[in-house]
Amino acid sequence: MAIDWFPLWLSLGVAAFATAISLILGIWLAWLLANRQFSGKNVLDALIMLPLALPPTVLGTYLLFAIGRSSWFGRAWEGLTGSPLVFTWKAAVIASTLHAIPLLVKSSRAALENVDRAYERAARSLGASEWRLFWRVSIPLARRPIAAATALAFARSMGDFGATLMVAGDIPGRTQTAAIAIFDAVESNNTRVAAALVIVISIITASIVYLANRLEERRRGNL
Amino acid sequence: MIKVVITKRYSPGPESAGFQLDVTFEAASGVTILYGPSGSGKTLTLDSIAGFVLPNSGRILLDDRILFDGASGVNLAPQRRSCGYVFQNHALFPNMTLRENLAFAGDGLARLERHRRIAEQLDRFKLTSVAGRYPHELSGGQKQRGSIARALMADPRIILMDEPARGMDAMLRADLHELIRELRSSLQVPILVVTHDAEETFALADRVLVYDAGKIIHSGSPAELLENPGTVRVARLMGGFNIFDADVIALDPGRQTSRLRLLGQEMDGPHLRGCFRGDKISVCIRPEELRLTDRPGDNRIRADLQRTVERAQSVRADFGKELVVDVPRDVWSGFAESGRRTGWWIEVPAASLRQVGKEASN
Repeated sequence: MAIDWFPLWLSLGVAAFATAISLILGIWLAWLLANRQFSGKNVLDALIMLPLALPPTVLGTYLLFAIGRSSWFGRAWEGLTGSPLVFTWKAAVIASTLHAIPLLVKSSRAALENVDRAYERAARSLGASEWRLFWRVSIPLARRPIAAATALAFARSMGDFGATLMVAGDIPGRTQTAAIAIFDAVESNNTRVAAALVIVISIITASIVYLANRLEERRRGNL
Repeated sequence: MIKVVITKRYSPGPESAGFQLDVTFEAASGVTILYGPSGSGKTLTLDSIAGFVLPNSGRILLDDRILFDGASGVNLAPQRRSCGYVFQNHALFPNMTLRENLAFAGDGLARLERHRRIAEQLDRFKLTSVAGRYPHELSGGQKQRGSIARALMADPRIILMDEPARGMDAMLRADLHELIRELRSSLQVPILVVTHDAEETFALADRVLVYDAGKIIHSGSPAELLENPGTVRVARLMGGFNIFDADVIALDPGRQTSRLRLLGQEMDGPHLRGCFRGDKISVCIRPEELRLTDRPGDNRIRADLQRTVERAQSVRADFGKELVVDVPRDVWSGFAESGRRTGWWIEVPAASLRQVGKEASN
């Protein structure tokens, strides 16, 4: 019997979406934390980091409260799209995003704070708007650590199990990601499927970690 | 023309002493040197003018524009201050070529005008051939010129330079000084240069502001400062002065002279204003105004040579007790036994004795 590769493709797709969303949100939040003083900054910082520390099932429960069919968000979504959000691949994206964001925010914030203040001052005194300073100076100078963090965030969001299982379920061919498929395969003694997925996921993840490390190293060597 | 009246307080922290900047000055076009020891508030003054640091109170006026006014809450963003800031480490954006660095600064200009200006600046600073290089591919001098060229792109109304010669070798330093002098004659804007190097100060300054512990304790042209350091503290900060205590033995206002006891020796002194007989005063003497001789005479102090230091134009003879004489090379070589220690007589011309106040304030 041929191995069903759908869970792998689903995981890669979910991770890609989650990483893209985390990248946009994460860099914005990182910039906010790195450059702005506001009340509640510490609380926001802690909230962003919470998914790193919380047990995935706890996170999953919160998520069900937040986007489930009886929540206002879930109802609004259902009203707009005609179908519920939970137990779809989109819910898996949301769960993965929550896992990816802390990594991205932490690394991006450190990277942005590491940019020599003299460059920012130079850009400002040369008349550059904050927006231009951000895109032309800060981001390019911080791009390597941010890219490394993005790679790790991708790997992290590909492997989420607990929270994804709780909000997206385990529907083969629809929401069964690779991590969940491996669990099912091991449970049902389907060693061949489990081994195949485990090996492929390991290779992909190892490559990503290697890439991330290379990016970090070249940053130290270069700028 | 820039007018600065600002205060900036930093309260003491667990690992830092408190600091208060409290300065008032005006600077017209030309080179104004902010001179003083590290941590005296020079760079903080530049940063306040550029808008990187928010003063606690005061006003900063550049030409007819208010950059900062504590009373009315005006505080222009750095982007709107028209300050050409030249940073200590150049701060050329490492992710852009030199040309892109200049283009970044000329973003507000129309495309053709921007290209014209970039070409003009590159040519002016002899950088055309390296315009496509990244900062790490440029030599120290090229980086220096590049950062000045970039600062000039947007027609600044003031140029601020923070220790531009720091870490440069003598040749680069000379090139930089030449460049600053050229800017001074071609631009009608104030050029403020922070340095703690006395030689650089005298090489460049039209006017010097002497900083000490957050205050400007003296100001004037280099010639004025050499002629009248004003206080012991300024004389010490500028370096190169012999500073002594002296007793006023006699005053002759009619002949505009005085008699002083200095280093245990009675001698003729200059006219002293506001002094009485018996006063203890401080005087400073420039080492090149003292004359080294090998026989006694009027106004001569006997001294034993401790050591000599070779300098470019002279030999610096150190007699201990903070008594230093700069002897021109031809004079030095005229002494048959210049290696000997004892039997030297140093002539102190009355006019070389300058009274300086003991207090550090003006």
